[in-house]
Amino acid sequence: MADTTSDTGGPEPQRVVLDAEDISRALTRIAHQILETNRGAEGLVLAGIPRRGVPLAERLAKAIESAEGIRIPVGALDITMYRDDLRTQPTRPVGHTRIPVSVDDAVVVLVDDVLMSGRTVRAALDALGDLGRPRAVRLAVLVDRGHRQLPIRADHVGKNLPTSADERVLVRLAETDGSNEVVITKPDPAHEEASI
Amino acid sequence: MRHLLSTADLELTDVTAILDLAEEMADVQHRSIKKLPALRGRTVVNLFFEDSTRTRSSFEIAGKWLSADVINISAKGSSVSKGESLRDTVLTVAAMGVDALVIRHMTSGAPLQVTGWTDAHVINAGDGMHEHPTQALLDAFTLRRHFGGDTGSFSGRRIAIVGDITHSRVARSNVILLKKLGARPVLVAPPTLMPAGVDSWGCEVSDDLDAVLGGVDAVMMLRVQRERMSGGYFPTPREYTIGYGLTRERVSALKPGTAICHPGPMNRGLEISADAADAANSLILDQVAAGVAVRMSVLYQLLGGEDQQ
Repeated sequence: MADTTSDTGGPEPQRVVLDAEDISRALTRIAHQILETNRGAEGLVLAGIPRRGVPLAERLAKAIESAEGIRIPVGALDITMYRDDLRTQPTRPVGHTRIPVSVDDAVVVLVDDVLMSGRTVRAALDALGDLGRPRAVRLAVLVDRGHRQLPIRADHVGKNLPTSADERVLVRLAETDGSNEVVITKPDPAHEEASI
Repeated sequence: MRHLLSTADLELTDVTAILDLAEEMADVQHRSIKKLPALRGRTVVNLFFEDSTRTRSSFEIAGKWLSADVINISAKGSSVSKGESLRDTVLTVAAMGVDALVIRHMTSGAPLQVTGWTDAHVINAGDGMHEHPTQALLDAFTLRRHFGGDTGSFSGRRIAIVGDITHSRVARSNVILLKKLGARPVLVAPPTLMPAGVDSWGCEVSDDLDAVLGGVDAVMMLRVQRERMSGGYFPTPREYTIGYGLTRERVSALKPGTAICHPGPMNRGLEISADAADAANSLILDQVAAGVAVRMSVLYQLLGGEDQQ
């Protein structure tokens, strides 16, 4: 794991806590954990939470396909309309919700990049409930940084990353940001936190 | 966006945002649970001073599917029939703490007037002969899907708007919106039903439907608004149909894939034949379905964020 301090592209000091290889290894491990917990790929559906949860779900599906030879369905579950802070923010743009198969009786694994307060996951559970009744719902995140505000925990975690409240965890993925890394930085009001 | 009064108030980016979000909202119609929590705790009042089936009910469904509390008030059966003024009606409703007023009124400009009397968001659901912006948006949504996708698919498309242009708020809103999207609207009507000053609308005008039909990508038929006519606009309904009705023969003169639209309610046999209304390329029921999705999108754009006073 890389653990360096760098100054890439801005005045804020950034500490890289996961590089591309670390992310890849973490996702491979999570994929195997999912298969082990589920005793195979039967009935699995991966639902990524936009934006970065979707490419992470795609990568997990590829890792599962490499391990089991089975392509499992991957979708996107937008939670914007289910946020509990809509009335305190300007109108937010709504993303895509596309789940290619019925979630009824499926084992849905919610996938997100960062788990913090748990409010995004709470909203995702509500959104999922409006689509159907899964047999079980599990949660996979690349980074768990603590600071929970709701009684929610992840089933599969790439890296537990204890942070102070004023630090920021930025997940960058090639699909959305052009590079693969997880960095910790001090708050920058110009950027928005990945989760609510 | 604080109110939706006219398509002229919308930037192209607003239109794209509304249509894109309507695509997401359209998916809700296919779910077993047709409910999103976005407008929980918001109250929307449909204030209809004119009769309506599809506009009022689709605003009602749109609000309910977004979890808003929706109240319908129509002139008949309310204190309006006892002589209460528009201003007093609006002040009364606004005093109950509503978040949005969807207003249809027989007077052009009434919704704009209402914005001065209330802090609620105001949506024009048709005002006199002026505008009907959500109808134009749902028409654009329906045509965009028919043309195959993004907002750019309107570029250079020739769209005939046929019939009672003078009395049509739908035609006005559509001309503004279609031009904004890059399409080329063509207005077709007998000279008696073409409004004075139509030259300033900035689009092609014709009184010869047959000369126009073969070269358009879509044809929007307008209802002959007999209730607004004091007579003398055309000799007989039969003659109107001969000159400007979308008859079976005219349907066969259309290019393959030409979309047939009508905002409803239709006068079958007058401006549109049953063959045209029920043709394979008729989008009339798609328009109705799009109405809910587009109005959900508009309600979310206006009410889905923090209160903006």
